[in-house]
Amino acid sequence: MAIRSTRPWRPIDPESLAALPGQLGVFELADASGQVIYIGRADARTLFGLRGEVAARAASIPGACSFRLEVTTAYHTRHLELLMAFRADHGRLPTHNPPSPELGRLSPGPSGLAS
Amino acid sequence: MNLALTDEQELVVSMVRRFVREEIVPLEAGLDPDADELPAEDFARLKAKVQAMGLYGLDIPPEYGGPELDLPTRTLIAIEMAQHRAGLYAPCYGVFGGAGLAQLFEANEDQQRRYLEPMLRGEKRGFFGLTEPSGGSDPARAIRTRAVRDGDDWIINGSKIFISGADRAHFGLVFARTDAGKGRGGVTCFIVDTDTPGFHVRRIVHTLRAARYATELQFENMRVPDANILGKLNGGFAIANDRLSRQRIPYAAGCIGVAILAHEMAVEYAPQRETFGAPLSSRQAIQWMLVDNEIDIESARWLTLAAAERAERGADFRKQAAMAKLVATEGASRVVDRCMQIFGGYGVTKDFPFERWYREMRIRRIGEGPSEVQRHIIARDILGASLR
Repeated sequence: MAIRSTRPWRPIDPESLAALPGQLGVFELADASGQVIYIGRADARTLFGLRGEVAARAASIPGACSFRLEVTTAYHTRHLELLMAFRADHGRLPTHNPPSPELGRLSPGPSGLAS
Repeated sequence: MNLALTDEQELVVSMVRRFVREEIVPLEAGLDPDADELPAEDFARLKAKVQAMGLYGLDIPPEYGGPELDLPTRTLIAIEMAQHRAGLYAPCYGVFGGAGLAQLFEANEDQQRRYLEPMLRGEKRGFFGLTEPSGGSDPARAIRTRAVRDGDDWIINGSKIFISGADRAHFGLVFARTDAGKGRGGVTCFIVDTDTPGFHVRRIVHTLRAARYATELQFENMRVPDANILGKLNGGFAIANDRLSRQRIPYAAGCIGVAILAHEMAVEYAPQRETFGAPLSSRQAIQWMLVDNEIDIESARWLTLAAAERAERGADFRKQAAMAKLVATEGASRVVDRCMQIFGGYGVTKDFPFERWYREMRIRRIGEGPSEVQRHIIARDILGASLR
């Protein structure tokens, strides 16, 4: 399984948001330049899963232009993995993710694959 | 032979039970159903409470500052500590502390100063690196990670899988083959700093378990000093084997704790829920599920306490620990499954903890040696080592 997401980016517009699934999972938001600015998750406490969470974050994070997502029941560990991989690549977390002192350290290979 | 709990055990068990139900369970209502950590302020507050109760660092030997409690009492406490949603893999979210890598209590003075003492002070975390892609239950044959001597150092190459906590650890115990021709006599345990060049945490291994996720490690020409050998050169098998046997007792205890809570919930629910004009508890099908739960829990509990009692007095407890692990993991799996059935549709929702226990309990029949390996250990004890 690829560590870094390979899902297609979609524009943040009413049509795309309305078509989002209600399942649980993880998502990334990007700015106009394609830079990831937030990595989030729709956990079991969210109303309407990814549909509600992506829409809420897209509305509250300035500059968010596009999103991509993965439906997964392993949203907890997958969210941590995406954050760790981003920090391994950029030396920091995405701009709109809060500091996470307890986040683990990952050193994925350049391909982003397990080995 | 006295099977009754002592006054001290009764007191400690009721204290921990009250703590879990009054402090931990209410907090879980506000957490994600798959959470494995408490918010930092809650963790600090509850850890201070446990310290005030005199129960912090349960498995730390008294000479290192742990409470003076025997293994049967610690097993009873472990059964209580698991009685909440995250209890199987994150009992009380770690606020009771722990011994960390107990193997370090046998380390030499220099290693204790560099690793054990900071670990006990909470400054350093460690991981246990045994299992490899080629297997984990048979370390004598499965270990392919190699360590080759180079002057006063060793160069380690290889990989490990299903390793918990390595991504947040400062050091770990890594088992590597130092003599290819010696089987179990050719494995050595190294203490490895995770900032050593060539140490890589390649990925999280996503499983049914949400808490205490596992990682995959890769070692590329990782240089480790000879001074970091734990125990003796080629003496790693005994360290791994001892750990595997001892770990089976708390592993069983956690399963029993979850089974007890699941069963309690079902016992409370069955008289309330009506079908076709009568409560579920009036149906023999449901009554027999509850009866079978009771039998599974009691048999696992006594086997596990018997193993703990043997280990406490220094008797060989490998067979008893294998029996406890086998009966507790398989019995608790059945209990959770039955309770889920009694709760019907609600049982499979994330509104209730059964679905998390169901997923995590499935791992328990594989982790720390699968059921088949436990049966192999028991058979070998009955028929002698020549069985192999």
